[in-house]
Amino acid sequence: MNIICITNGRIVDPSQNVDRVADLWIRGEQIVGIGPQPGLVASRTIDAAGMIVCPGLIDMHVHLREPGREEDETIATGSAAAIAGGITSIACMPNTDPPIDHQAAAEFVYLQAERAGSANVFPVGCVTMGRKGAELAEIGGLVEGGAVAFSDADVPVVSAEIMRRALEYCRMFDRPVLSHAEDLELTRGGIMHEGLESMRLGLRGMPAAAEEVAVHRDIELARLTGAQLHLLHLSTAEGVELVRRAKERGVRVSAATCPQYCFLTDRSLRSFDSNFKLNPPLRTEADVRAIINGLRDGTIDVLASDHSPHAPEKKLRELDQAPFGIVGLETLLPISVAALVAPGHLSWPQLIEKLTVQPGRILGIERGTLAAGADADVTIIDPTVEWTINVNAFASKSRNSPFHNRRVRGRAHAVIVGGEVKTPQF
Amino acid sequence: MQSLPQMSWNRSHLLGLEDLGRDEITAILDLAEHFTQDTHERRSKRTNLAGKVVVNLFFEPSTRTRMSFSLAARRLGADVLDFSPSGSSTSKGESFIDTAKNIEAMGIDLVVVRHSATGAPHLLAQHLCAGVINAGDGAHEHPTQGLLDIFTIRQKRGRLEGLTVGLVGDIAHSRVARSNIHGLTKFGAKVIVCGPPTLVPRGIEELGVEVSHNLDAVLPRCDVINMLRIQFERQRNGLFPSIAEYARLFGMDSNRLKKARPDLLLLAPGPINRGVEITPEVADGPHSAILTQVTNGLAVRMAVLYLLCGQPGM
Repeated sequence: MNIICITNGRIVDPSQNVDRVADLWIRGEQIVGIGPQPGLVASRTIDAAGMIVCPGLIDMHVHLREPGREEDETIATGSAAAIAGGITSIACMPNTDPPIDHQAAAEFVYLQAERAGSANVFPVGCVTMGRKGAELAEIGGLVEGGAVAFSDADVPVVSAEIMRRALEYCRMFDRPVLSHAEDLELTRGGIMHEGLESMRLGLRGMPAAAEEVAVHRDIELARLTGAQLHLLHLSTAEGVELVRRAKERGVRVSAATCPQYCFLTDRSLRSFDSNFKLNPPLRTEADVRAIINGLRDGTIDVLASDHSPHAPEKKLRELDQAPFGIVGLETLLPISVAALVAPGHLSWPQLIEKLTVQPGRILGIERGTLAAGADADVTIIDPTVEWTINVNAFASKSRNSPFHNRRVRGRAHAVIVGGEVKTPQF
Repeated sequence: MQSLPQMSWNRSHLLGLEDLGRDEITAILDLAEHFTQDTHERRSKRTNLAGKVVVNLFFEPSTRTRMSFSLAARRLGADVLDFSPSGSSTSKGESFIDTAKNIEAMGIDLVVVRHSATGAPHLLAQHLCAGVINAGDGAHEHPTQGLLDIFTIRQKRGRLEGLTVGLVGDIAHSRVARSNIHGLTKFGAKVIVCGPPTLVPRGIEELGVEVSHNLDAVLPRCDVINMLRIQFERQRNGLFPSIAEYARLFGMDSNRLKKARPDLLLLAPGPINRGVEITPEVADGPHSAILTQVTNGLAVRMAVLYLLCGQPGM
């Protein structure tokens, strides 16, 4: 059996409160343990001196586009992009064509991921049939097919009644509902955050209130039902505050944000570059500060990329016609480091917690830990290497990133998925 | 023939008045002054843009702006191409940028672009070698309209500084409003924007303007009123209860005009919705400079075209 010893690395495993220089032992597909393992002889040794060795990173908010929009991304290219970004597990959203709203669709994701043979891919199933918000999807069948969570992806469940029933029903399977919190009436036709910048540019705005009222509604429904609610991509100060108060009251709610919401603002749209057109939109300096504080005090549990690939001919359009979103799998780590670790907002262990144990816990996938017996998913990060993001070198099929040519620090040096070493090819 | 003054000018595009300095705007206005003085005989002889090709790329309907640009370019001796999306390759799905690049490949010098999307001219400026003139992008800017409004005010009043200019109506969806605000405030004019709160974007005070929702209250203070058209095509429904109520609160009729100063100058960028923003007797009355604006628009656009690619040594 294959025995790997990763030596001399700084092992950071927030799931066990570990942060020390030690060896990490892997046997076959499992973690053996941290520190000396008498009697084991390594068949392969990886020198990780100067590196951070942590549980394999998890990105719980990814759009893979297959089936239906393979010109933007496939399960194979998306999971290769994950590996290139140091990510060993991804949860993929069900807004494909057809959508993941039945058991076979979820099983197809596992099948394609296995064929691709790179990162672990966990499908998120639809809350409602066809993501239309009218009737519940066959959630039991989807659980059977391996769906780990439920969401209508980039649209909210508009009806409060259906959302309530979805939360109640998912509770039976102990699965979270992932909510895209947006009041679609308030944002209809919007391109960017509503504020001084949208006023200046004459672009239709999406007010912060559109997120806040939706967050508030979903929190109240989670309180009513006792179900597990996870809020995708918080972007507003008031949204963070609502989650903070809900957690204080014991509501089962967790929240994520994306690195782009931790430092970019609506000012970026002055460039008219559609790579700054996101949903939720980039907000203000005050919102950025609140998001950072939410990450610091634990109100926001998770960092995720909201990887949204769009082929260049779709994204290189007039602002009102370009689709929302950017790719993020290959920039999640370095941009999080640049936005949060480098300025001192988060320590490395805090960052890694939000990229490993927290998303693992919310999805219930028993990953994101280096505990003995766990699946041997490991990311080895070189925290000091400086490099330049180049979208043309992405493993992803799409190039829609606002971070092209940005000089960053920190990169995955190697990743191990289920005991198999998959060194990223740069 | 009277020669044109040599102007200092460093831009290859005109994208908005927000970016322009006071000196640059003054250069355009002064040059436009020359063109308004052209006699019939002289204006048939200008050749400053001879051999240059100007293309009108209008993705939104337009009558006056497009004709004004065409005529301005022809009067300077340029060849003019007209493009409209219906019956063209965009109706076959060609992208905006591809269309522009293909037209540019025919060897053009200037693109005059109108588009429903904010930033479309800026996108072209990034992707083309030709100069780009913004003839209106979404609700963002319409710099030549702003310039001709400012030119008309300067012409009729002899100055801009210290004047109070009211912009009335649909501010939120108006590119004319934004270009007027950026231009006028640079010259020390006081700008008041007046309309229902649903049509005045929050925070517009940041641009250095005063906000009012009561036309009768601000009308007596205004030297100039610019009546903006309701952008029915750019709005959502339900921003005001009815056209009748809008006209009652923010329309200009002869009765309301009695509250204005006797020398009030009344502008409207057109096309006007007669009977909504302005009643016919006011539009055609003594305060109105609506047709003068159209005449001045030609001179202003000649000035812009000349500065962007007609000066000797370019």
